[in-house]
Amino acid sequence: MLPEIGQFALILALLLAGVQCALPIFGAWRGNQALIAVARPAVAGQAVFVVLAFGVLTYAFVTQDFSVAYVAQNSNLALPWYYRFSAVWGAHEGSLLLWLLILNVWTVAVAAFSRRLPDALIARVLGVLGFIAFGFLLFTILTSNPFLRHLPALADGNDLNPILQDPGLIMHPPMLYTGYVGFSVAFAFAIAALLGGELDVAWVRWARPWTNVAWAFLTLGITLGSWWAYYVLGWGGWWFWDPVENASFMPWLVGTALIHSQAVTEKRGSFRAWTLLLSIFAFSLSLLGTFLVRSGVLTSVHAFASDPRRGLFILAFLATVVGGSLLIYAIRAPKVAGGKPFRMLSRETLLLINNLMFVCAAAMVLLGTLYPLIGDALGVGRISVGPPYFGFMFVLLMLPVVLLLPFGPLFRWAAADWQATTKILIKAVLPALGAVVVAKLWFPELALRGLAGVAASLWVGAGIVLYALKRWRDAPRGRRYTPEMLGMILAHFGVAVFLAGVLITESTSVESDLRFAPNETRTIAGLDFHFRGVARAQGPNFVADQGEIDVLREGKVVATLHPQKRLYSSGGSVQTKADISPGLFRDLYVALGESLDEKTGAWAVRVYVKPFVRWIWLGGLFMMLGGFIAATDRRFRVLPERVDVSVSKPAAQPALTTASAAASAP
Amino acid sequence: MTLPVLFPPLRGGRERKGAALALLRQVCVVFLLLFACIAAHAIDPLPFKDRAEEVRFQQLTRQLRCLVCQNQDLADSDADLAKDLRKQVFDLMRSGKSDAEIKQYLVARYNDFVLYDPPLKPGTWLLWFAPFALVLIGAIVLLRILRQRARLALVAAQSADQRSLASRSGATDSGEDDW
Amino acid sequence: MNRLLPLLGFLALVALLAFGIHWNTLHETNEVPSPLIGKPAPEFTLPLLYDSTKSLSRKDLLGQPYLLNVFGSWCVTCQEEHPILTRDIKPLGIKVIGLNWKDQPDDAKRWLGQFGNPYDAVMADQDGRTGIDFGVYMAPESFLVDAQGVIRYKRIGMFTPDLIDSELKPQLAKLGRIAQ
Repeated sequence: MLPEIGQFALILALLLAGVQCALPIFGAWRGNQALIAVARPAVAGQAVFVVLAFGVLTYAFVTQDFSVAYVAQNSNLALPWYYRFSAVWGAHEGSLLLWLLILNVWTVAVAAFSRRLPDALIARVLGVLGFIAFGFLLFTILTSNPFLRHLPALADGNDLNPILQDPGLIMHPPMLYTGYVGFSVAFAFAIAALLGGELDVAWVRWARPWTNVAWAFLTLGITLGSWWAYYVLGWGGWWFWDPVENASFMPWLVGTALIHSQAVTEKRGSFRAWTLLLSIFAFSLSLLGTFLVRSGVLTSVHAFASDPRRGLFILAFLATVVGGSLLIYAIRAPKVAGGKPFRMLSRETLLLINNLMFVCAAAMVLLGTLYPLIGDALGVGRISVGPPYFGFMFVLLMLPVVLLLPFGPLFRWAAADWQATTKILIKAVLPALGAVVVAKLWFPELALRGLAGVAASLWVGAGIVLYALKRWRDAPRGRRYTPEMLGMILAHFGVAVFLAGVLITESTSVESDLRFAPNETRTIAGLDFHFRGVARAQGPNFVADQGEIDVLREGKVVATLHPQKRLYSSGGSVQTKADISPGLFRDLYVALGESLDEKTGAWAVRVYVKPFVRWIWLGGLFMMLGGFIAATDRRFRVLPERVDVSVSKPAAQPALTTASAAASAP
Repeated sequence: MTLPVLFPPLRGGRERKGAALALLRQVCVVFLLLFACIAAHAIDPLPFKDRAEEVRFQQLTRQLRCLVCQNQDLADSDADLAKDLRKQVFDLMRSGKSDAEIKQYLVARYNDFVLYDPPLKPGTWLLWFAPFALVLIGAIVLLRILRQRARLALVAAQSADQRSLASRSGATDSGEDDW
Repeated sequence: MNRLLPLLGFLALVALLAFGIHWNTLHETNEVPSPLIGKPAPEFTLPLLYDSTKSLSRKDLLGQPYLLNVFGSWCVTCQEEHPILTRDIKPLGIKVIGLNWKDQPDDAKRWLGQFGNPYDAVMADQDGRTGIDFGVYMAPESFLVDAQGVIRYKRIGMFTPDLIDSELKPQLAKLGRIAQ
């Protein structure tokens, strides 16, 4: 009975989404307050039913209702209770429901925190969000119903895929989805602005905190995914340029461009059309990612079972949403360049270069990801595009960004003071070069890439610290760092940490596959690995061969590792579970292969020593934190009261003055 | 549509085969096999003569794509064929072949598909040059915008707006307008 | 016009993705066409499964076309293809050579004993080297080699009656083996 209620709830949510889309937008167009007022109740209603549907599915997992086909396929009696929750989004149907749930959370948040915005604008924003929800609900109901029955009920279910039975996977998809669904808010604001013709800078200011939060969640989601891949997939790699990773990375790249361009548009009024376009792109790439993951068009690690019907549906939806918004853009985007003038040497210029490089990087990733398809279309045969291509291109495209990053905060709007800036930044060049010399003397074997990493990291890190110090000295107490500025400092500092992590790990990691007999010792990267042997271990729903390896430095044990090879009781699938001794400066990573010789007890073992690998995710966390902190800036929230958007163009300039007035008020 | 194709058994897969077979009928085959590919990874100790040879082997096999587990490189894939191919690569290295020759050996049998680093040829010009073309076009457009804006800035500065520039620099000292 | 560029670019992308869906319904996504088509078959000399003292080489098979069918007793789809080989391909009059790939000879013999042997000759490629030379990466696979020893056609995966009509028969007709 319950699953039917869940399905019924989805249908009601679909109807309400239709209402939420059609009536308020129509109302805003005709100036009909009654129709505009429908928006918020419709949002609330849709959210109630989506939450209900999600709750029903979760309940089916918790109570192990194997009469629901989706539950039977993705869990079984032996599944520990905590994975029954995450099993809800363990496969296609449930993860779509999660997508919808998160979209509703965002929509409710927008409805709740935008009471001071003009009604017509918010009606359009909620209407656009309603349209997106409508499409996804329809998709779920027509092609991917999670509540389909499997009668008679099975005695036991199949299993949740073992690689998904991991704490990292409880968090990774919700964070990732929160990120890329969150771009729908910036998108909705942009479309609402285009529809209403209110193309002054007000909408950008209101959209900024949403964009920053979405970007921060996406950063967290990608970071978690990378960390999860590192320890679960057991390859010791942290990024594979797999199509699905790329699908989440493209919105991140464009989102990064977007948060920078929003800053210019909001503060200086420039690049309004460009910011609109980026808002559309960021969310379009999220939708495209959904398409790539679920259509089966590309072979990928994460491939959901593919079904051409699903692919066609999402493509049609993608074409409608993105094609429609680009058409609106083509018709209504502002034709004249607005905003305050600026010189060649100015912060605006640097932010434009940032935008150019990030958008080109996203385009490169898109091209590389789709090239196998283009290859088929052009008839040039099947082509693989992998890490060598992406890595090379990405480094090249990001090089100018890294070089110019420290200048960004130090350059003033409109006209930069070149001499003052260089006088400060020379202090960043010196430690960067000095560190390279020291690193080279200390570790003569450090490759060029590692040296470049040290230099780049110190250049960016020192640059941002110098900026923070300058603010500390120049600005009066209490007004030194606005949250927005603090967010920027943290995020840029995160870039420095990330750079150090990536380039040092990539150039100094040691990997070795070893044949280990019990009580044998091997020396790798100056550490002794002592293999004690393999024993049986029992988990809640698996048995495992568990190795024991002591790692010694100069005779002292620094870590004891227990890598496992698990056999899950359900489908009999085997899963390698590496064991890692994490450290800020070095990870020790050991994975167990298979028995090579029953008699001597020899096993194949893979050992990694990975210096600085944690810095990659640490950098990601700093960036995320920066995004969240920037979003809390009071300026974004104080303003709406004071702006009357029904007066269009001329409102822009006074709004800005009020902005600075509001911000400078203690 | 053709029926699903089975690959050579995954290593250590004998005990798995029965259960896997039952599943095959239920679940999309590709789906299952991809995950089977992920679930176990290759740990394959080969008798390298020194560290340099091992590193060269690792770097080379990272650039090659496994044909069975198509989302994995040859270094990681646990497929039986991948193991054979690794052995083959190892033997070719031992017989003094260069990396390029080894790649050529595989391409002659398995197509450019095995190369994660797509070779430059007319069919991949778009792939290799389009990003640079895009940056170039972008840079030209950017430069035009900048010059146009810079002219405006100059006009603004020359006109009676000196006052506002002065007030801006004043504001900068107090620090707020900078943001 | 400038404002229309993003839309035009996007439409091109949609066309490409639609093509992708279409292409996927016609092809196995993991099928990689062989670069060997139109080229001489690689050299090989392999022991016969049923008499390992004798061997068969590329040269021995020159003079008349043959279909080289790669199979293994471990391969489930080969079992599915097996009756099709017997029922639909044998009557075409083409010589069918089995390449027993990466298999234990005893397992292979048991398998052929159980289901019947559709092959004119079976070669044992236990270490899989010949398979690699042919660019084999899954089983079953079939190669059509002409009288001059040139590979004319490759099927990756099992044959079905439809595929025999649409692909194999026209290829055989080109070799003058059967009337079209």
